[in-house]
Amino acid sequence: MTTQVETRNLRIETDLKDVAQDIVRRAMEGGATAAECVIREGDEFSTVVRLGQVETLKESGSKAIGVRVFNGKRAASTYSSDFSRSGLDRMLKSALELSRITSEDPFSGIPEPSQLGQLSGDLDLFSSDVYSLPGEERISYARRAEKAALDTDPRIKNSEGGSFDAATGHKIFANSHGFLGEYRRSYCSVAAVPIAQDEQGNMQRDYWFSVARNLGRLESPESVGQTAAQRTLRRLGARKVKTARVPVVFDPMVANSILDHIFEGVNGDSVYRGASFLAGKLGQKIASDAVTIVDDGTIPGGFGTSPFDGEGVPTRRTIVVENGVLKSYLLNTYTAKKLNLQTTANASRGLAGTPGIGPGNYFLQAGTKSPQEIIAGIPEGLYVTEFLGHGVNLVTGDYSRGASGLWISGGELAYPVEEITVAGNLKDVFMNISEIGNDLVFRGAVAAPTIRIDGLMVGGE
Amino acid sequence: MRFPRSHSQPGDHLYNVEKKRFFFEHYGLTERDLERYLAAALSAGGEYADLYFEYLSSTALSLDESMVKSASQGISAGCGVRVVSGERTGYAYTDDLSPERILHAARTAALIASGPAKTPTVGFQDKPGRSLYPVTLPSVDAEIRSKVELVMRADQAAREYDPRIKEVRASYADELRNILVIGSDGTFAEDSQPLARLNVSCIAKTEKVSARGTAGGGGRVALDFFFGDKTPEYFAKEASRQALLQLDAREAPAGEMEVVLGPGWPGVLLHEAVGHGLEADFNRKQTSAFAGLVGHRVASEKCTVVDNGTMPWRRGSLNVDDEGNSTQNTVLIENGILKGYLSDKLSAKLMGVANTGNGRRESYEHIPMPRMTNTYMLPGEDDPQDIIHSVKHGIYAVNFGGGQVDITNGKFVFSASEAYLIEDGQITAPIKGATLIGNGPDVLTRVSMVGSDLKLDEGVGTCGKDGQSVPVGVGIPTIKIDRLTVGGTAKKDVGSFMQ
Repeated sequence: MTTQVETRNLRIETDLKDVAQDIVRRAMEGGATAAECVIREGDEFSTVVRLGQVETLKESGSKAIGVRVFNGKRAASTYSSDFSRSGLDRMLKSALELSRITSEDPFSGIPEPSQLGQLSGDLDLFSSDVYSLPGEERISYARRAEKAALDTDPRIKNSEGGSFDAATGHKIFANSHGFLGEYRRSYCSVAAVPIAQDEQGNMQRDYWFSVARNLGRLESPESVGQTAAQRTLRRLGARKVKTARVPVVFDPMVANSILDHIFEGVNGDSVYRGASFLAGKLGQKIASDAVTIVDDGTIPGGFGTSPFDGEGVPTRRTIVVENGVLKSYLLNTYTAKKLNLQTTANASRGLAGTPGIGPGNYFLQAGTKSPQEIIAGIPEGLYVTEFLGHGVNLVTGDYSRGASGLWISGGELAYPVEEITVAGNLKDVFMNISEIGNDLVFRGAVAAPTIRIDGLMVGGE
Repeated sequence: MRFPRSHSQPGDHLYNVEKKRFFFEHYGLTERDLERYLAAALSAGGEYADLYFEYLSSTALSLDESMVKSASQGISAGCGVRVVSGERTGYAYTDDLSPERILHAARTAALIASGPAKTPTVGFQDKPGRSLYPVTLPSVDAEIRSKVELVMRADQAAREYDPRIKEVRASYADELRNILVIGSDGTFAEDSQPLARLNVSCIAKTEKVSARGTAGGGGRVALDFFFGDKTPEYFAKEASRQALLQLDAREAPAGEMEVVLGPGWPGVLLHEAVGHGLEADFNRKQTSAFAGLVGHRVASEKCTVVDNGTMPWRRGSLNVDDEGNSTQNTVLIENGILKGYLSDKLSAKLMGVANTGNGRRESYEHIPMPRMTNTYMLPGEDDPQDIIHSVKHGIYAVNFGGGQVDITNGKFVFSASEAYLIEDGQITAPIKGATLIGNGPDVLTRVSMVGSDLKLDEGVGTCGKDGQSVPVGVGIPTIKIDRLTVGGTAKKDVGSFMQ
């Protein structure tokens, strides 16, 4: 089980930065007026232990390259997993050919030289210790998480397993203004997915996980397993509810989804196209006073941190919503030009295609009340722990989602509920965020504390 | 169903390659090599090993603001090695198809087992060929300008449909996936799988309201599919019609009521409500709400549901699955009785049931698992008009955005993108934002009428499970569900309480 080390040593160590610069140079020699090259490589390890036995063990690495070329105002891109001379030649040739058939778009192009750059210093994004555990130890992380869940209560009778994952990624980016940058990121996680069964044989499943950029910051597998078990057990015996308009409390995991909707609403791509219900609302009140939302790609160790964005622009901190007022859209170079604004360094990109818009560390600023205090203020209401389905229309703001959670009665979590819907319009939803919890924890690039929203329709029997 | 034939001229196609023996010719593979790789995979005593070679070439075009803003092409190739030992699976992959890298992946995957080396079966058995998608010229190799024409025509047709259509986006994507699967049990299967799709999305605007409409289609077809009946204009008009309809939509009612599903894409209900719950892996592990119910009633007598991977040209169809087995037409529910599950090699062996050829994976980087192909309900005898007329107060849902299921408790959710109120047997106003929510093992027991009008979707479905996406098809005739929860924003004026 020491193959990971072996894997790395076997890899042919050509300097990928040279490859990226060479591709850009050759694209320009081939007639491009501007060019960008991105290379991504990564390793992954994952294991699942189910009912104490190893179920899967996966270990591998891969790399791929993409190039984007401009022929004046026409753009095209190609990618390949073949790094041989002929593979790269073919990729380049087809990119240049494709750039003759796309349309002239007056706003297309790469950033100005003055906009390019990267954050200096150690951003604490990479730790090789995610691979430092011997194979048996990694399996034991997964096993311990599942065992802790199974041992919590005799009603935890089955499991989809405990898991441990580790991954590292390396990204290189070069463009024809001479930008060259690279960074490495690492990640590890431990999770458990227990299944509880009640006396009638009805089953419920839930999960919990911990994720970190290094092993030292990972929560113990035991604590992850126990939390997973508690989240699962509290769903047993779930009932339906009567249709009613009541206060709804979103737990942090589902509160993230509200942040995602605001993200889609301020995403420059949907704004310039008028496809967002927040288009044209800059400077206006779009949410209650309690709401301040920040996007910050510079936080050391953050899951959404990087020294530069997908176009080679240094990342920054942007206040998106301040005390309910929309302060900024989130933009890349193209959408900024379309809206006559400046990029917010939120360009995200895959190997091919036009850069999109992605979050840095994007979060709702914490309030002062504990989740318990928020719940205590509600005589009758719904505490949502899970959404199912995709009933959100970002053009109109119509919002209708399947949900499950716990019913709040007399200021306390009373009993589990399921097969219900939560519906409203996002414009009202944001304005009706009446309370924000103090429990902000990053488990990914997007994070929110507990929130209370009034005026939603809870659909049931 | 159309049977398009390809007569486009090969243009300056970049990655044209011979279909049969692709990996042998392209990478100099020999049967001797394959035996060596399998032996390495079984070197630590696994019971079964397989290799999945994949070479995927793809094209994507997108149009926005009447400009083709993005065009891309790419290639992704690799090999995944799986070793099975009891219920344990070891997996490793490489994107470098040199012998030393494949051998290294094989030895890594081998470590799942611990025992004396096993010897794979000598010699491979080539499958009798089947040809569900015999395109002459795969669309990925077709002239790029024809693809540009598709998105331009879609844009023009949508804009001409109505002056209120203000924003149009059109995208076209195709791929050709060449695969080779070999197994230590003698499995040997090659396939060349084309896939193409055209999508149109538009926004209608008035001074007060905006609304979106989307439509699209495709399948395992050649480019000329889009120059037959299913033209860019066809999809553009459909997307525009939906957007305009939504401008006038009322709020959806909330609460339990009668629900009529229109034919075609609403079959996504079957996919979510029962399909996933019948995938064998969940049932082997007893984590599905359907576990142990074979032979039991799970639907009304009027319901017969199948998963059929053998339909020509369909998006969800496959000549062979990603484990090298022939796909088939599997009856899941017959006259309301659960008949069986969708299985792959591992679950078939561990559960002692037949392999239904449903082992699928997203790519060489992924472990195969039981997945659906084209899942649909067979037609019944009711007249679709009679079904609508029989409803006193309910909704008629004809298009859906998508759905999701929790297979353990059986709860599913899906969102209607086009739906109408039914009042006293008549379709009245369009409604917006309706979500349908229910319980998989229950919902089909409440089906009281099944129409004679089975229709399959246009060919746009993609299903996600455990982080893996695969193309699928769905279908259903018009059906009536006697009671289903609808989550809308309009309050039902009975017995609910306000704070």
